[in-house]
Amino acid sequence: MSNHTIECLECAAAITLPGNVMQNEIIACPECGVELEVISLQPLELDYAPEVEEDWGE
Amino acid sequence: MIAAGIVGGSGYTGGELLRLLHFHPEVAVTQITSRGEAGRYVHTVHPNLRDVSRLQFIHPDALESCDVLFLCLPHGTAAKEIERYAALAPRIIDFSADFRLDDPATYARWYGGEHPAADWLNRFVYGLPEVNRERLQNAQYVSGVGCNATVTNLGLGPLVRAGLADRVYAEIKVGSSEAGNTPAMSSHHPVRSGAVRTYAATGHRHQSEIEMVLGTQTPIHFSLTAIEMVRGAHLLAHVTLREVQTEKDIWRLYRAAYQDEPFVRLVNGRSGLHRLPEPRIVAGTNYCDIGFEMDTGGQHLVVVAAIDNLGKGAVGSAVQSMNLMLGFDERAGLEFPGIYP
Repeated sequence: MSNHTIECLECAAAITLPGNVMQNEIIACPECGVELEVISLQPLELDYAPEVEEDWGE
Repeated sequence: MIAAGIVGGSGYTGGELLRLLHFHPEVAVTQITSRGEAGRYVHTVHPNLRDVSRLQFIHPDALESCDVLFLCLPHGTAAKEIERYAALAPRIIDFSADFRLDDPATYARWYGGEHPAADWLNRFVYGLPEVNRERLQNAQYVSGVGCNATVTNLGLGPLVRAGLADRVYAEIKVGSSEAGNTPAMSSHHPVRSGAVRTYAATGHRHQSEIEMVLGTQTPIHFSLTAIEMVRGAHLLAHVTLREVQTEKDIWRLYRAAYQDEPFVRLVNGRSGLHRLPEPRIVAGTNYCDIGFEMDTGGQHLVVVAAIDNLGKGAVGSAVQSMNLMLGFDERAGLEFPGIYP
């Protein structure tokens, strides 16, 4: 199964995903570290995965 | 193996240079001078080098010929004796500001007085590999770089060169080692400890190096503040852009500028604690870390950059320049990744 390449939503880096990537899998961009969710396999689509924000506002 | 000499080796840049060159595969430091420490082992001044280097400081008058000479002297000193040093070594790298600027009138304006060896200015190449790589490969004489200028030139270079930056307001936070190892009232512990002391709100002389490298088409206003830090220079710049950009556009711009640079890293993380550059992470290294964040509207960008002032801001760039001059692997002697935490 061949790998897929897709552009990071955040930084436009090329992200390589294994051919057996699964729907709803969470992946991280190797350059900016953003976590992305695979929301569709055909066509391959990503969306931002929810992240916990750092909060100093006490 | 290349034989290197270090002139004025008892200061912080001299010690850092000796540390880096000791682990360089192509260079052996054969002599290191200090007027005040002559006869002493280098580890008495640079204690991290105990059992690493067995060199003893020699008096400057005892300096002998070598392949490359590093001048780690106070501003204004190297220029007065440049003929003597040039007779001792075919290649020279000077860390001071004496040969950084290419125009004698600019030197006189920022450093106060006529240049003592103005005819030498155009024989030196400014030693920032990210800007002058090809010229450095053919250089015989290389100048050092100013640390505050370097963090600014590298941090803002892609935006300015692309004509995107309309105006910049920046703050650079600096560590105490920028002031060198000569004690002064400003370095006295009760004054320096815990300081958040803005010592140059405008008009710092590194402005001249920034204008030489980036030109004057984009006004860059910057202030310098000494903080509780030993090593490091941290740039935080608010940039007004000439046209609307997305953060992805900025990523593309910086990636195109730096993707082949071995010592510039883009740090704009979306996870982890260190999402933007921090001097502590690059301490002891030759890295310049650069990050950014776009404010709402796409025309206000905040750029953050960090270097070790003794690393990329001085000695690291000098060693990288030497590698280029001598045809060595550009990374040689510079691959230490720093420590954490």
